[in-house]
Amino acid sequence: MADVVVERGRVARATGARKGSSLRNALGRKSTVAFFLTLPLILLILLLVLYPALYSVHLATLNKAMTKFVGLSNFTFLFKRETFWMVVRQSCIFAITAVVFKALIGFIVAHFVHNIPAKGQRKWRGMLLVPWVIPPAMSTLAWLWLFDPSYSAFNYTLSFFGVGPIPWLGDTFWARFSVILVNVWYGAPFFMIMYLAALKSVPDQLYEAAEIDGANWWQKIWHITLPMMRNIIAITTLFSLIVTFANFDIVRILTSGGPLDTTHLFATWAFQVGIQSSDIPLGACVSLFMVPILAVAAIFILRDVNKRGNEA
Amino acid sequence: MADVALRKVVKRYDDVEAVRGIDLDIADHEFIVLVGPSGCGKSTTLRMIAGLEDISDGDIMIDGDVVNDVPPKDRDIAMVFQNYALYPHMTVAENMSFGLRLKHYPKAEIKARVTEAARLLDITDLIDRKPKQLSGGQRQRVAMGRAIVRNPKVFLFDEPLSNLDAKLRVQMRIEIKKVHQKVRTTTVYVTHDQVEAMTLADRVVVMNKGRIEQIGTPNELYHKPATRFVAGFIGSPAMNFLPCRLEDVGGTLQIRLTDRIAFALPPARAARYNALPRTDKLLLGLRPEHLTESHAHLEPGVESFDTVLDVTEPMGMETLVYFGLDGTPVCGRVNPNAGAKDGAPMRLAMDLNNMHLLNEATGVVL
Repeated sequence: MADVVVERGRVARATGARKGSSLRNALGRKSTVAFFLTLPLILLILLLVLYPALYSVHLATLNKAMTKFVGLSNFTFLFKRETFWMVVRQSCIFAITAVVFKALIGFIVAHFVHNIPAKGQRKWRGMLLVPWVIPPAMSTLAWLWLFDPSYSAFNYTLSFFGVGPIPWLGDTFWARFSVILVNVWYGAPFFMIMYLAALKSVPDQLYEAAEIDGANWWQKIWHITLPMMRNIIAITTLFSLIVTFANFDIVRILTSGGPLDTTHLFATWAFQVGIQSSDIPLGACVSLFMVPILAVAAIFILRDVNKRGNEA
Repeated sequence: MADVALRKVVKRYDDVEAVRGIDLDIADHEFIVLVGPSGCGKSTTLRMIAGLEDISDGDIMIDGDVVNDVPPKDRDIAMVFQNYALYPHMTVAENMSFGLRLKHYPKAEIKARVTEAARLLDITDLIDRKPKQLSGGQRQRVAMGRAIVRNPKVFLFDEPLSNLDAKLRVQMRIEIKKVHQKVRTTTVYVTHDQVEAMTLADRVVVMNKGRIEQIGTPNELYHKPATRFVAGFIGSPAMNFLPCRLEDVGGTLQIRLTDRIAFALPPARAARYNALPRTDKLLLGLRPEHLTESHAHLEPGVESFDTVLDVTEPMGMETLVYFGLDGTPVCGRVNPNAGAKDGAPMRLAMDLNNMHLLNEATGVVL
């Protein structure tokens, strides 16, 4: 009898010790420590990203007065509207055209700046970054005046050549052109600075080796510069695609989506539908459409980056 | 295959002259090594031959044609860089064939040449790998392969072994020599390592401060250096330089090293130096291997003296001994069984048959 009691006590003590040590083990494990260290950030993301995202999904399923759950009927309503498909098309045209030109101009300017001797380079880099540094709402106001149909600098200058006056913001083609132009002006410096950093990271000896191997300047760009910059190009393009796709301020200030909704993007249209026409559920519904489109782009581009990252 | 000639080649950066008028003739099939301390202009010279640097003055000729204004791609040269400069996004085969592909060679010939070069360099198994997956030595081979497949007129090597560890460096040195024996392309090789220069070169060009100090075969440079710089640069441990003067004592020419130590010169040397003014400040140049332990029967011209050793360095096959003569540090090489000990007295022998005499002011070997 006595033996058994002693045995039990020992067993109990042993399991107690095991529990204590397993807790200590759990705390001591690197992954646990890592989890606790990242917890503040996780909470922040939950609060500022996940909650609003889920809330907007919830909003999108309510009726206009936000009193009744209507399921997917907001979405089916959108699909039937001509304007919605116009906005989809316009957003794609806007984002793709603007990003292509931003990338192209950024690449060319980065090459010029890269070839400026180190002494003067900082000055040029600083000046070229100015469009990107000015708050876009302010610089777009300046552009608004430049685009004014009657007394603006553009039309005044063009009048000397017998051209114009051009209805910069009043005609569908010119309004789209102007909106994209301002976006390119605003966004190209970001590409320039990213590409410049990438260019600087390509060792000079690769170019020298290519030169000796018989490459001309174009072959050096095609066979050395572009492959070496591939990752930066992909990531920058993705970043810019997301930001450009979700652009609001430039379109809002220049055209407010006009003429006749032909320059509306998802964000500006969502604003108009949701806030100005006080149909918040429908507005939420519009803005949710950006998610799948951007997610697909992100998956494609990042997959390529991962693959290249592994082999480079 | 071609010869290369440099005529009064000068390179100026703003107001600094990096290369100050170099004349050099490189024969077809020859292996030339440019050697010198860092900043002596050897790499600049090589890059001017490659066309990567403009020439401020003078002419460079490849195969008899002046190429001063010919861009690198039209000079028909190949270069191996210090950090290999392999294209990181291309496989070994693509790296090697890049130059041929740019020139639109037929696919079959490209493949044949790459296969042949890979076989020669023993990298056939690595042909589909990316440079990142290769070790330093393998990258070096690929860089050489890239040069070989082009079958250029001239190979240029810019310190190709300095990124490798000591053991691999010796191995690759031998590889490079083997490759040159098989391919026989005219080669210009730059290094700061005098051992590499001595072992690889048909002729070595010793450079200092933008000028050529001396051109010669490795043996000529070692045994008949023209200047103090060459004498001190070639050979390891370096040659000893001892302040000395010449004296006439009883009709024989003596060399006086310290108040205590003076030796009669061997007849051949005496005849050679007899015309020199006795007042000149001179330096006795003596390689460590000509300062050995003393024997009972010394050959004529070998003189013994007593000294106290400061430090000894046993190297295995020999022991290096360091001591001072009138404050000048001196290094000698003795037999490991000669009983050299730190701080102990020792009797050493100086082989004056192999001495050099230099003018201290001009640095010229007399």
